[in-house]
Parts: sequence; structure tokens; C-alpha cells
Amino acid sequence: MARKISLKQAVNEAIDQEMSRDPTVIMLGEDIVGGTGADGEMDAWGGVLGVTKGLYAKHGDRLLDTPLSESAYVGAAIGAAACGMRPIAELMFIDFMGVCFDQIFNQAAKFKYMFGGHAETPVVIRAMVGAGFRAAAQHSQMLTPIFAHIPGLKVVCPSNPYDTKGLLIQSIRDNDPVIFCEHKNLYAMEGEVPEGSYTIPFGEANIVREGKHCTIVTYGLMVHRSLDAANTLAKEGIDVEVVDLRTLSPLDIDTVLESVTKTGRLVCVDEASPRCNIATDISAQVAMHAFRALKAQIEMVCPPHVPVPFSPSLEDLYIPGAPAIAEAVRRTVKGKN
Amino acid sequence: MAGITPIVMPKWGLSMKEGTVMAWLVDEGTEITVGMPILDVETDKIANAVEAADPGLLRRKIANEGELLPVKALLGVMGGDDVSDADIDAYVASYVMPVVGDGDDEDAGPKTQWADVDGLRIRYAKRGAESGTPVLFIHGFGGDLDNWLFNIDAVGEHSPVVALDLPGHGQSTVKLPGASITALAEFVDHFMAAIDLPKAHIVGHSMGGAVASQLALAHPDRVASLTLIASAGLGDEINVGYTGGFAAAGSRRDLKPLLEQLFNDGSLVSRQMIDDVLKYKRLDGVDALLTELNAGLFDGGRQSEQPGLKLGSTGKPVLAVWGREDRIVPASHASKAPAGATVEIFDGAGHMVQLERANDVNALIKRHVGV
Repeated sequence: MARKISLKQAVNEAIDQEMSRDPTVIMLGEDIVGGTGADGEMDAWGGVLGVTKGLYAKHGDRLLDTPLSESAYVGAAIGAAACGMRPIAELMFIDFMGVCFDQIFNQAAKFKYMFGGHAETPVVIRAMVGAGFRAAAQHSQMLTPIFAHIPGLKVVCPSNPYDTKGLLIQSIRDNDPVIFCEHKNLYAMEGEVPEGSYTIPFGEANIVREGKHCTIVTYGLMVHRSLDAANTLAKEGIDVEVVDLRTLSPLDIDTVLESVTKTGRLVCVDEASPRCNIATDISAQVAMHAFRALKAQIEMVCPPHVPVPFSPSLEDLYIPGAPAIAEAVRRTVKGKN
Repeated sequence: MAGITPIVMPKWGLSMKEGTVMAWLVDEGTEITVGMPILDVETDKIANAVEAADPGLLRRKIANEGELLPVKALLGVMGGDDVSDADIDAYVASYVMPVVGDGDDEDAGPKTQWADVDGLRIRYAKRGAESGTPVLFIHGFGGDLDNWLFNIDAVGEHSPVVALDLPGHGQSTVKLPGASITALAEFVDHFMAAIDLPKAHIVGHSMGGAVASQLALAHPDRVASLTLIASAGLGDEINVGYTGGFAAAGSRRDLKPLLEQLFNDGSLVSRQMIDDVLKYKRLDGVDALLTELNAGLFDGGRQSEQPGLKLGSTGKPVLAVWGREDRIVPASHASKAPAGATVEIFDGAGHMVQLERANDVNALIKRHVGV
């Protein structure tokens, strides 16, 4: 049996192994090096939540502490990628991406297309996503749809430690820019992870639970909420299939369509704001390509269209929970035969 | 309580934590004999029948069909005529489930261990009885020690058992000692030396059967007897569509139809089984290694080494077991086993006959190794 490590350790291990394997892998971020040489806790902080702790001691100056200027170092990472390095840029929170949109949207995502395929930009931009951390509106967003919207970017959002390591190694080896979204409320989650290096291909959804009455399509933290709902529904005789998309771009729509064709029902669960998000995208594609397979209306479970509240009780209400997901599934199977 | 025997959820293999009761195969009031199939249980890996470990009168079915229960949960109660219903009720009410390790602290001795052999890190499981000639299990192409999920504990009741992950397989180092049966057999010889296993009854499946045969030819002192299950090395036919496809497959979609070829009943291929194989295949270097091994062993679509055909000269007792519906190595190869071999071909079973007909195969192995 493989040993168990946390999702946070899986991120660390993936970067460590790729830095050991490939000398062109470098890392830029805030406070990833600072404190080195100080005693105990203060020694190389490893980023805001200590995800990359220990890497500086092993890989030295290939990790660069940057000023608190995301636009500068994300731009530097993209430039280095275009010149043959494989940089990983770490942002504390995906919410701070706003100041780097030109570098990401207009530069990194476009090089391959605008230079006739002659330029590649193998950069990974990692950032924490998601609510539930009592970190308020500017540190809690799920911005996956914004990046999935841009052609030329790949967008990854894993739900467990095993997928995290395999998808991050794939991201580093991939020749296109990758936005790698780590849910901060999954960092402590433990799971079995092989010690050796491995990759999980992009665009391959994972059926985490098989069922025949209804398909839930989701990703990230919501995979676990959906599984909780599925367990509740199983006791009511409702057998739910849960599809974990794993990568939002490229998107494995084939697995979604196959599943919906089998179950005839679809509930999309997305932690991102409800307008123009992953749930609406999946719903539209299923309505277009598998309309005749549907036995019921498509349901979406998303947060309300408001900023993430700071009040803990309101934040808990904001994030879609298992009861709301179960209720949405019940609406689709009402009067099923 | 005197005269009362519990029937509990079994633990098949290292990773099983729970199972679903699919069907009861006997009614209350049935006189149970040892080995009688009592109920069907499905795990996330495969379905199988729970056999009675003790004799007795089935007094009470506790588990309901369709119920998912942890290992060691009470499934039913046996007791003689002289035990009152009230005593049975009291026993059921007071049954406390023994603590089962959550995977980190297994109940039954060490789970898997590691050996350094020729610079490679090799995973193996060692369990079972304390004394007697050990039984060594060798899996096939692309397999691992979990291929013996339903076998090692049953055989281990009377014999020490060892199962290894060959180099480049399971969790062992992704590196081959050479892409040939001969190289793998030499490696097994070194492995046996490394773990201080001078001699064993060798049970080999598919490619592992050819490795076992070659070991008997090259190192007869290592081999007490041979059990060849759906074995390679007894003829030149081989389904390279499977072996090559397996080496190349990169997704669930590619793998599922391939794995279904391993069984007579393709529905036995669970999501978990495909996931486990995918996890292995995604490791750096595995696909290239399997491609190299496939080319080495099955060049031109034929088995290039057939050590099984020369076994007659060794005088080793041979048991050959096949599933009639084997789609990887044809069951007709059983006829090439040496004169005097015990040959058993099961109808309604495929290449993974040791899983599909575990109880029958275990009984044959036990008889063959003389316990």
C-alpha cells in the first residue's frame, strides 16, 4: 500500500521531483525563500502556507523570492518560459491574478498562436482558490471560469493528493501555460500517493463514483460535497454518478456526455460564481449534444452571485453544501421510473 | 458463548476494508460444512463467495443482501440445536467488532516489505504459517502481487507464503533485469537468495508461469514443485493484441476492454481495478518498460521462450490450471504440460482463473503442495 501524504505535501513532492529531474525547472514566488537560515519556524517559510517548505535547502537559487508584485514576477516567469526555462510562479491567492491579466491573457496564452507555433510557454502559475478559509472577499474566490474562458491556457483544479501530484508533474512538463488551482481547504486532506513520479493526462475526467440515476459533474472541493450528497441519496434509493473533471481546460466533455447518456439526468456543481461558470458551460454543452438523453431538467448548484462574505456563518451559507446538492438531485429524479 | 460460532466479513487481500453482501447462498437451518459457500460478497475489486471456515448449523442471518459492511462485521451466527434463540439474540446483541487496522497498522502481521535485489527495490508480501516449505507466487505481464488477492491467505493457512512484484511491476523499481523469461528467472533466484528463501513451491501465473518453469530448469534446487496457472511457456501462441494493447493503453477507455479480456465474466472488471492498473501505468517509465518487455517476450506475435516444454527432465511435480475461456494464452496449451502433471481446466473461467475460481484453485494448490 502506498504511503499517505497530504495534498499540500503532494504539491511539494511534485515540484521537488521535477526540480531534481529537470534543471530548467525554477520557482518564483513570495516568501518562498525568506527566513532561510533562521531558527526553527522562521527557517525558509515556503510561501504563505508553507507549501514549498524545504525546497530551497535542496534546490538553492533555483527558487527566487520576489517583491510583492505579481505583475512583475508572473511576467518574468512567462518571459523565462518563452526563453527555454520551465518556471513555476506561485501566487498566494488566485484573487491577485487581476494585476497580471495582460501577461497571462495577452502574452502567455497567445505566443504559440501569434508566432506561428514557433514559441512555447511552458509556465505553471499556481495559486490557492476557494472559500471557507475565513479570508474574506479578496482571498476566497474560485476564478476557474475566467481562465477556462481564454484559449491557450490550460486550467487544472485537483480534488485529492494523488491527482494533485500527477497533474502538477504533467503541468510542469506541459509545453503550454497552465493555471494550477489548489483548494486551500483541501491542503490537509490525506491520501495514498506513490513515491515515484507519475503524470495524469489533461482532459481526462475521473468517475469517482458510479451510479445510474443521475450524474453530478464537478471538480475541486465540491467533489467531496457531492460524494457526501451521493451517500445520503443512496439511502433513499437514488444512485448517483459523480464525475470529477480534474482539468477544466482541456475539458473531457466525452466522459460527461457518456455519463449523462447513461443516467439521463445532470446536476452541475460549481464553487465559482453562478454566471458564466463551469456549471453553465457543462449544462449548455450537454443540452446541445445530449438533449435527447435527458429525462429531466438540468440543475446547477452554485453559490449566490455575491462576493464571498467575511461573516463565518454567511460564508458557510455561501458555499454549496451536500444538502443543497442532494436536493437538486431529488428535483431531477422526482417521479422517476 | 459456548456452542456459538460467528460468520464475519472476510478480509481478502491487503486493501480490503469493507464488502457488500450480494446474496445469501444458504438458508437458516442449513447444516454448514467447512468450505461450503455461504454468501456472495463484492468488494471494490472483485466479487467472491465467502466459504465456511467452521462447521455448524446456520441459526441466524444478520447481514442483509445489499448491505455494505466493514471487515469482521457479523454476517451470521451458527450454533447447535441445543443453543436457545435467546442465547443467539444475546450473542448478536453483545457482538463487538474486533478492531481492524485502517491500513496503517494491519492486523495480520506485516503487509508488504522491501528487498534490495541487484540494485532494485522489490516489494513483496510474506505471511501465512510459521513452518513448512514456503509457497512463492509470481504474477504475470503487467500484474502485481494483488493478482493473488484471493489466494495467498487461503494457501497461507497451512504454509508460509511469499508474493513479489517483479521488477518494473507493481511498486517495485521501474527497471528490468532484461526483457526475457531467462533474465526474470535469474532475478527470482537472486530475490530468493536476498530474502533467505532457499526453496519453495512456485506458483506462477501467465508470464510468471514461464518464469517459474525457467527457474526449475536453471535452479532446480530452488523449486519444490510447480503450479502453472494459465501459464506462458507451454506453446508459442499468445494474444499480443492484449499484451501490446496493455503496454500502450493510457486511459480508462483504452484499458477497460483490454482488462475485460482477462476474465470470462467481464463485469468483474471494477472501476477500482481499472484505477489501480492506471495508477501503475502512469508511473514514469512503466509504459516504455512494458513495451520493451512485450517486444522481448513476444517478438513476432509468438512466445519466444517455452521453458515449460522441457520440464519433463526436471522431475518436478507439476500442476497446470487453466480457464477454458482464456483469451490470452489458449487453454489447449495445458496439454503440453509434462507427462505426469496434474491438469485441471475450469469451464466458465478466463485468464485470471485464480481470481474467478479462487476456491477451487486454492484447493488444488493446497493439495499439490501437500498440506
